[in-house]
Amino acid sequence: MRLTLRETLLAFRRAPLLSALSVMTIAFSLFSLGLFVLVAVNIREALQQVEERVEIRAYIADGTPVEALAAALGDIGAFPEVARADGISQDEALERARAELGEFRDVFDAAFLPASIEVRLKPGFRDPETVSAVAARIRTYPFVDDVRFGEEWVRKLYNIRNLATAAGIILGVAFAAVAIIIIGATIRMAVLARGREISIMRLVGATDGFIRRPFLLEGLAKGILGGILALALTYFAHSLISRTLVATRFFDERIIFAGIAFGALIGLLGSAVSVGRHLRRV
Amino acid sequence: MIRFIHVSKEYARGGLALDDVTFHIAKGEFAFLTGPSGAGKSTILKLVYMEELPTEGDVRVAGVHSGQVRRAEIAQLRRKLGVVFQDFRLLEERTAEQNIAFALEVTDAPRASIATKVSRLLTQVGLSSKANALPRELSGGEQQRVAIARALVNDPFVLIADEPTGNLDDRATRGVFQLLRDINAAGTAVLMATHNLELVRRSDYRVIEMNRGQIVYDSSEAATDATVDGRSTPA
Repeated sequence: MRLTLRETLLAFRRAPLLSALSVMTIAFSLFSLGLFVLVAVNIREALQQVEERVEIRAYIADGTPVEALAAALGDIGAFPEVARADGISQDEALERARAELGEFRDVFDAAFLPASIEVRLKPGFRDPETVSAVAARIRTYPFVDDVRFGEEWVRKLYNIRNLATAAGIILGVAFAAVAIIIIGATIRMAVLARGREISIMRLVGATDGFIRRPFLLEGLAKGILGGILALALTYFAHSLISRTLVATRFFDERIIFAGIAFGALIGLLGSAVSVGRHLRRV
Repeated sequence: MIRFIHVSKEYARGGLALDDVTFHIAKGEFAFLTGPSGAGKSTILKLVYMEELPTEGDVRVAGVHSGQVRRAEIAQLRRKLGVVFQDFRLLEERTAEQNIAFALEVTDAPRASIATKVSRLLTQVGLSSKANALPRELSGGEQQRVAIARALVNDPFVLIADEPTGNLDDRATRGVFQLLRDINAAGTAVLMATHNLELVRRSDYRVIEMNRGQIVYDSSEAATDATVDGRSTPA
C-alpha cells in the first residue's frame, strides 16, 4: 500500500500540468452540471411552494341545504388524496373578496358570490392526473355548479419540472461521459509513459491488480479533487447570483456528498476502463 | 522442473518461431541455449516465464501448465523464477538498492524483511559499495549484477538469462558468468541463451543448440546416445 501511495503521488509530480488539466476538466464538467442542478434544486423548491397552494374549488348552487353540504364536506374530507376540505359560505366569500380585491369594497350583498368548497390535497397527490380525478369526483354532487382547479396552470408547472429533470439527466450523462473520456486519455498517457516500468513489474511477478492500483487511485484522487473544485466554483456562482439577482438556495449535505462521490466515480471509471485496455498492450 | 512437450510457437506476424520442440531441464541444472539469431532461443525463454504461450504443445514450469494457466498464476510463477536480459531492464531513476527492493515491493513483501534481504543480495553480487548508485553511474557489468540480484530476490528455483553478457566486455563477461556459476552451485538452475561460444566451450554444462525453431543438438542426449534431432522425449 505504501508503494501504491508513493506511485500515485509520483504520478502527480511527474506530470503536474497534465494532472492539473485533468482535474480542471473534471471540475468544469461537474461545475456545469452543478449549475444545472442548482437551477433544478431551486425550481423544485419553488414548485413545492406552488404545489402546496394547489387547490380545487367547487362552487355550490344557490339554495343547497346546509345538511347536504355538511355531508359532502365529510365525504370529500375522507377521500384518501384530500388533506382538508373547507366550506366557504357566501358571506365568507364576500368578506374575502373585499379584503383581497378593492373592486368588492362597495359590494355588501352576500348573494353576489356563490358558496364553495375549498379542497387541499395531500403532498404526493398534487400531480395533474390526481387533481383532475378528484375534481371529477366532486363534480358528481348534484348541487355542485362548477369545479375549478387551474388545470392548465398545474400542467404547465409539471411540464417545466419534467423538462428540467430530463435536461439535467441528459446533460449530466453527457458531461460525465466527457469527463470519463478525458480521465481515460490521461491515464492512457500515464500507462504508456510507464510502459517500461510496468513490463518490469510484470517480470518480477506483480499481479495485474497491483499494477492497476496506483492508476485507479490516481483517477479516484483526480475525481475527488475535481469534485471539490467544482463545488467551490458552484458555491461562488451561487453567492454571486444570490447577491446580485435572486436569493437562491445552495445544495444540502446530501447533494454535496453525492457531487463529490460522482466526481470520484467518474475518475475511477475513466481510469479503470483505460487502464484495463492499455495494460494489455504494454 | 521445466518441460517442453512438442511445443510449437507461431507469431501472428513473425511466422513459426518454434517447431515441435521437446526437452526437459532438471532441478539445479545449468543449460546453455545456443544458435544463430532468430533460431528461437528467446522464444523458448519467453515460454518459460509465460510471456508467451505455445501455439501447440505444452509447457510445464514448476507445476504450472501452459494449457490451463490463468493470468494470476503467471504472476505467482514469476515470483519463483528470475529473469535477466541483455539490456538489464533497470529503472533509470532508482538506485541499485531501490531497483532490487522494487521487485520485493511489488509482491507486497513485508517491509521489515526488504532492507536486510537487499543488502545481503548486494553483497552476494559484489556491489555493497554501490548501493546508492543510479544505473547510469554503473558499468555494464555492474548493472547486470544489479539485475541478477533483483532476479534472485525471491529465491527462484531457476534463473533465466537472455544473452546476459551480450553487452559486456570480456572482463565483465567473465565476472557475470562466474556469478551465474556460483548461483548455480548454490542450487538454482540456470537457463542461459547466449551467442558466446567461448563461454560454452570453457565450461562443461549442457548445451542445447537451436536452428530455425528446432533443437539440432542437445549435449545431454548426445552423451546418452539418444537421438539428436530434438524430437525425442527425455525420460
